[in-house]
Amino acid sequence: MKLTVNGQAHAISAAPGKRLLDTLREDLKLTGTKEGCGEGECGACTVLIDGEAVNSCLVPTCQAEGTKILTVEGLAQNPRWRKLQKAFLECNAAQCGICTPGMMLSACALPPQPTLQQIRVGLAGNLCRCTGYVKIYDAVKKALG
Amino acid sequence: MSKVKNRRLKVVGKRVPRTEGADKVTGRARYIDDMQFDHMIYGATVRTTIPRGRIVSVERDTAFDWSGFTWVDHRDIPGKNIVAMIVEDQPFLAVDRVEHQTEPVALLAHADRARLAEGLKAVRITYQEEPPVLDFETATEVLKELSIARGDLAAGLALADKIIEGTYRTGHQEQLYIETNGMIALPGANGFPEGVTAYGSMQCPYYVVKALEKLFRLDRERIRVVQTTTGGGFGGKEEYPSIVAGHACLLARKAGVPVKMIYERHEDLIATTKRHPSIITWRAGVKSDGTLTAIDIDMRLDGGAYMTLSPVVLSRAAIHATGPYRTPSVRIRGRVMKTNTPPNGAFRGFGAPQSQFAAEVHMDRIAEVMGIDPIELRRRNLFQTGDTTATGQVLHDRVSADEVLDKALAKHRVAHRRSKKTKKLAGTGIAMFFHGSGFTGGGEVRLASRAGVELLPDGVRLLVGSTEIGQGTRTMLAQIVAESLELPYAFVKTIDPDTAQVPDSGPTVASRTCMIVGTILQRASAKLRIELGPYKSGDDFKKRAKALLKKRGTVVIIDQYEKPGEIEWNDETYQGDAYGAYAWGCNLADVEIDPLTYEARCTAFTSVIDIGRAIHPLLAEGQIEGGTLQGIGWALFEDVVMKNGVMQNANLTNYIIPTTLDAPHIAVEIVENPYPNGPFGAKGVGECPIDGPAAAIVNAIRDASGARLDAIPATPERIMKVLG
Amino acid sequence: MGQPATDRIEIVKPQSLRHAIDWLTSAAEDGSPLTLLAGGTDIYVLLNAGVPLQGRFLDLWGLTELRPAPVVSGGSLVFGALTTYTDCIRSALVQKHLPILVQASREVGGVQIQNRGTLGGNIGNGSPAGDSLPVLAAADAQVVLASVNGERTVPLTEFYSSYRKTVRRPYELIVRVEVPLAPLQKQKQIFRKVGTRAAQAISKVVMAAVGPQIAFGSVGPTVVRARKVEAYLREGGRSLAAAQRLLKQEIHPIDDVRSTGVYRLKVAQNLLAELGTLDAHK
Repeated sequence: MKLTVNGQAHAISAAPGKRLLDTLREDLKLTGTKEGCGEGECGACTVLIDGEAVNSCLVPTCQAEGTKILTVEGLAQNPRWRKLQKAFLECNAAQCGICTPGMMLSACALPPQPTLQQIRVGLAGNLCRCTGYVKIYDAVKKALG
Repeated sequence: MSKVKNRRLKVVGKRVPRTEGADKVTGRARYIDDMQFDHMIYGATVRTTIPRGRIVSVERDTAFDWSGFTWVDHRDIPGKNIVAMIVEDQPFLAVDRVEHQTEPVALLAHADRARLAEGLKAVRITYQEEPPVLDFETATEVLKELSIARGDLAAGLALADKIIEGTYRTGHQEQLYIETNGMIALPGANGFPEGVTAYGSMQCPYYVVKALEKLFRLDRERIRVVQTTTGGGFGGKEEYPSIVAGHACLLARKAGVPVKMIYERHEDLIATTKRHPSIITWRAGVKSDGTLTAIDIDMRLDGGAYMTLSPVVLSRAAIHATGPYRTPSVRIRGRVMKTNTPPNGAFRGFGAPQSQFAAEVHMDRIAEVMGIDPIELRRRNLFQTGDTTATGQVLHDRVSADEVLDKALAKHRVAHRRSKKTKKLAGTGIAMFFHGSGFTGGGEVRLASRAGVELLPDGVRLLVGSTEIGQGTRTMLAQIVAESLELPYAFVKTIDPDTAQVPDSGPTVASRTCMIVGTILQRASAKLRIELGPYKSGDDFKKRAKALLKKRGTVVIIDQYEKPGEIEWNDETYQGDAYGAYAWGCNLADVEIDPLTYEARCTAFTSVIDIGRAIHPLLAEGQIEGGTLQGIGWALFEDVVMKNGVMQNANLTNYIIPTTLDAPHIAVEIVENPYPNGPFGAKGVGECPIDGPAAAIVNAIRDASGARLDAIPATPERIMKVLG
Repeated sequence: MGQPATDRIEIVKPQSLRHAIDWLTSAAEDGSPLTLLAGGTDIYVLLNAGVPLQGRFLDLWGLTELRPAPVVSGGSLVFGALTTYTDCIRSALVQKHLPILVQASREVGGVQIQNRGTLGGNIGNGSPAGDSLPVLAAADAQVVLASVNGERTVPLTEFYSSYRKTVRRPYELIVRVEVPLAPLQKQKQIFRKVGTRAAQAISKVVMAAVGPQIAFGSVGPTVVRARKVEAYLREGGRSLAAAQRLLKQEIHPIDDVRSTGVYRLKVAQNLLAELGTLDAHK
């Protein structure tokens, strides 16, 4: 199967039904994408497929074939997403950090210059237990607002 | 320290970047499930499926292909089959008794996870079942009992114009760190092949060391425990990681290869510790002007099947049970009951959220009965500097209960836009609270924590066993050391706690790390300055450091906890200075209730807390905001549905924690009245934010709808029942 | 965490709709029916939870024929089976004609689920808590099934025979959903999802109404139309209490880990007030 991850083309021999999450973490050693529940509730495994946020624990790898995938490891390639990473750091939006990669990827799929309500709606599929979300809004507003 | 106070602070109070922050925003941070070792295999746990009885047999299906599996049961334990904690009652692996569902009985490991899952299904336990005790309210076996008394209760009640009673209940709460429990164990440690090494997600590396010492009958140098980047704890990774590490190490020793054990969410939810459910009865004597003449409190906590940390949870619950209010006579009686359910344990606040929930809902009840405004009633009874607590502690340091109340009222008015006209029922509720920092009573003396600094040619390295679990420990301690040494923040290096390298700084719990460990580091830094002699700049420091290192080879200064002279505690009478310092807080919550669906939503929230000094204001705010939302979740949504002693809604679909759309606008204000014995005036901040939200919300629900709730979570089903 | 054995499951990927139907047919003839896989938001949750799903999966996700943008055709609003919730939210036509489907789509899980969950999947999965189902039931939606024999149309309200059982035959595939436009004209549309949490909740009660047509979710084994209440409204009934009494005769919600039957019934009754045509004092 051919996957393009963070701009790089990969040919992998994973089983078609293998979760995209496991293919990323095991076959491509991209462990920045996390698993929190395996139910599509927590959003820790969020990646972008062709610009749209998905829970990679619910995506068979074969359905990602031929698509462009963005993970946390690829954020630094784009100045806009670099700004997001910097804002997450400066605003204390990452506490324990386990939800952070997924949270940032969901933020990447927000409309440009999102309002607070758009941020809340866009991040409702990402659970954070540390921050109360306040500093996450601050970071997203700072980087994308 | 007085010298430090007089100069302008350059690092403390500043928003420096988190030490490990860059790794977390780039995906480089390595959590336990991200780690691999050569020849590593995977471990899993066989658990009991009945709440109480005798194990007749544990059988492996003979038709199943067991090749490649490693099997461990109680017979493989070289040392003591006991999880070292307060008392010796909990086995690592059940032998013949079952005391609760999900109790570990045996362990399996295999290189292939799918085979491992099949193996688990091929194990059959047969039991002789016994009737379980599932309801702690009617349970009779007491795990721990305590009583605090001061003044003459009968006389106090006789002075009252009215005696007002109420009974309040709180349920289990799951910590719900987003990273589940997990460990990787390796055979061998520190050059000893018979030793064991555990890497993993945890709050207390030395608790794990102590557990492994006993389990393997090994001395400390043959055990190595390394904390990896930890995805949240909230108390949930205080004691349970000792069990996970023990299991993983048993498998690794037997298999002779590294073993990874990562709990799936469902397993983590059904098997690991939760907040103790409580039932608390208040009897308050009140004069017609609202003054409290007597407080009589009776509380029961659900301990679950084993003692774990219940005695200290009970103690903290009891000491905080009056809330921040004075009274001439008080009696507090508490019991932890044994039930055949998974043991409950540490969770942010450690009993104080339960007991102060009861206190604050009851204060509103008193206000209502007496016809006094709830804020006014509180003002008349709040602790003032110089007042005496239930344990006889005279509050010499500044008590800022009045101050946080005034500031919260002002802040709430300006911080939140009033919502427009709505069909919903709207109301506001208040809760006040206090929270002691550090271990209770003589606890810190017993812990005798150690921490220190190692001189490097270009700075210093922190040697501390306290763990970074998201709260910012490492950053905050680095700031304290940088400030103490008058060096730039970048001069202070930090490492992952590795018991082969760092001393035992005590557990990372009880809002103690900043105040207690921070002070030890401050003192170690002062000693290092004496060793170095005066330096004028960073470069000057480096010159002196290099010279000293050349002379001595290594320079390591480890200091130990010293009890401030004025603190006295008597464990027999439960009287004395329960805590060195208290945080003081006030919460205000706006709530809306949908009259058709009975759903309550918190729309605006204010939290004002005196934490002495915010070493890092952003991190401190983050603690308050996060603790607040965790409290709001406990108040409104988080309902552990138990049936036959096991959690029924053990997934994130059905155990509901707040999302962005459930989180209200949270306004935070930090008040800084410095504590003289804390580093740069700091007290604890981690736990106190969760003490108030539940009561503030329940009081707001009463204000909004007239629904008088005595229990949380305030689910719509419960509100419907009350509204009739 | 403990990965499920998803690398062992067998997935077949048809090149076209025709190809998919052929596969379904031959698998049904062999007596080893294929499990249909769309966006994975139900199936992968089960696999992750260790539920052993037997047999092979037919991966429909790549069939672009099943994912045209919603269109108006032949007097109906027509959706391909693979229309995602996000497609519904973004469609101006859906916003115009069936805004309650947009509302329901916004309340299905987070954005990640909205991007992957499909109408055909929600219908085929048949959970009584499926968020789109009360909307489609209230709007008289028709489910179009295709097979080698051609197409047949089943009203959504007749699509379920019992809890999670449908009238779809193993060799049939849901290809479209059609919502007739005429009954939507000038009718007030109402959607209320009650799930305690504001986002990502599985519903405890859902009500959708298109004028006097009312459907409920999560109050019985299948989505249900409140026919007696509807008849009462059509006769000009105005008493809320009377409508609530009728509703009690036709829904029988149960207790589960999420809520209680008592709560569900009471809230379903209360929600009738949202119709705006009933009077609490009559």
